[in-house]
Amino acid sequence: MLIALLKRDLLLAFRSRGDLLNPLMFFMVVASLFPLAVSPDPALLGSIAAGVIWVGALLAALLSLDLMFKGDYEDGSLEQMLLMPQPAMLMVLVKVLVHWLVAGLPLAFIAPLLGLMLGLADGGFMPLILSLLLATPTLSLLGAIGAGLTVGLRKGGMLMPLLILPLYIPVLIFAASAVQAGVQGTSYLGHMAFLGAYLALTLVVAPLAAAAALRISLAR
Amino acid sequence: MWTRLKRLYHKMGSPKWFYQISTLCSKWCMAVGSVLMLTGVVWGLAFAPADYLQGNSFRIIYVHVPASLLSQSAYIMMAVAGLVGLVWKMKMSFVVAKVIAPIGASLAILSLLTGAIWGKPTWGTWWVWDARLTSMLILLFLYFGVIAIYNAIENDEMANKAAALLAIVGSINIPVIKYSVEWWNTLHQPATITLSKKPTMAPEMFIPLVLTIFGFYCWFAVWVFARARNEVLLKERRTKWVRALVQARQHKSQIGGDA
Amino acid sequence: MFFDDLSSFLAMGGHGQYVWLSYGLAALIVAINFIGPALTRKKIIKDIERQLRREQT
Repeated sequence: MLIALLKRDLLLAFRSRGDLLNPLMFFMVVASLFPLAVSPDPALLGSIAAGVIWVGALLAALLSLDLMFKGDYEDGSLEQMLLMPQPAMLMVLVKVLVHWLVAGLPLAFIAPLLGLMLGLADGGFMPLILSLLLATPTLSLLGAIGAGLTVGLRKGGMLMPLLILPLYIPVLIFAASAVQAGVQGTSYLGHMAFLGAYLALTLVVAPLAAAAALRISLAR
Repeated sequence: MWTRLKRLYHKMGSPKWFYQISTLCSKWCMAVGSVLMLTGVVWGLAFAPADYLQGNSFRIIYVHVPASLLSQSAYIMMAVAGLVGLVWKMKMSFVVAKVIAPIGASLAILSLLTGAIWGKPTWGTWWVWDARLTSMLILLFLYFGVIAIYNAIENDEMANKAAALLAIVGSINIPVIKYSVEWWNTLHQPATITLSKKPTMAPEMFIPLVLTIFGFYCWFAVWVFARARNEVLLKERRTKWVRALVQARQHKSQIGGDA
Repeated sequence: MFFDDLSSFLAMGGHGQYVWLSYGLAALIVAINFIGPALTRKKIIKDIERQLRREQT
């Protein structure tokens, strides 16, 4: 049943390729604003590249969260899913997995390209990819809570960043400094350990909270 | 014993009972809080000795630290009240959670402003990305999220539940946020002087701080009660007891006007 | 008393502006938290009174 849901959601996502590419394009546009706004000087750009790429990734993940439950909410299938015999948090996990595969994982592949454009030092590429792989699931998981809370609202799009961004701050801090540590040639194992631990925490809390959020939003 | 507890629980959920008991509590908290605040502030401003390092600017501690402490614990209180509301469906609990949000945010703003003002003579600039100030800023953002939810959702019951859930998730995250901000801060610039961190404070400096902290807590209770009573009046405006209450007031003021 | 006279109390050893600005802001926010709900309460009671009067006539 859940596998069928996963297949269906992935199929739906790949059918509307525009929605799929939007976060990626947004990511690239945001990252290229910084050389224009700050300076094209490679040394300066290299020193802020880690932060710029990670802020861009946060915003790109945030942008696509709105779509996590929206389609299913509008055609009424979300209500049916909440009535399934399987626990609602498993359904949420499937949705999160789809969001991550569609909007989170591609960021990890395109980020090195942006790193090149922004003059990221060689040592920074490995931690950049690793931190994106390890932390984008956290972004999708925490985002599911916000998406669940705002699913029934007309003006949910503006509300979501306010709800979710403060929760993203620990990810931002540790991921960006992991890249910075890689640039300076020191060990970034501790950063990865923290990102992994935060992923474990959100993996426990977020599906529960998001399922509760969906119940609240659909209770009307 | 059990039935008694149950009766107490139902009483606590009853808006009328809450209204009456909070009026009484509010008076006491106001009296105690005002005495504590007056003593603490006068002592702190005029009688406590100046700090050997920061001079007289350290006197800001007597408003900065209570505001910071209180806005942090207010967030936790809001989350706990929300949890009680979600789990035991107690309506008054949602009311308390709702009224804490703007008060807590105002205290976070006060903490940030006084922190910035304190920073000027201490560090030479209005704003330094100090670990405590940064955590407080993020706490303010967490309050913004909760307030935004109340504003965005028109259905009261739904807004209460959604905000409660967000507050609970936020309060689970507070320790993680605090830890990561502190770690980030030591990584970038170990601050030589940390505001309001004095493990060895002289008692004549420390006692007024304790007084103002407890004074702020008492006043906070008064503010929560006042706003919660307004919510009760608004919600129960069609019930008999609210009407009787308003009529009694009207009557009293008419007699007062004649005399 | 830590200070010798009123003017040194107000000056706070050169930090007067910072200390008094902080306490002023604190007083402002405390005042808002006291006065705001009181005004709301007055408005609510007035509304209920009006409603009662309308029903009596």
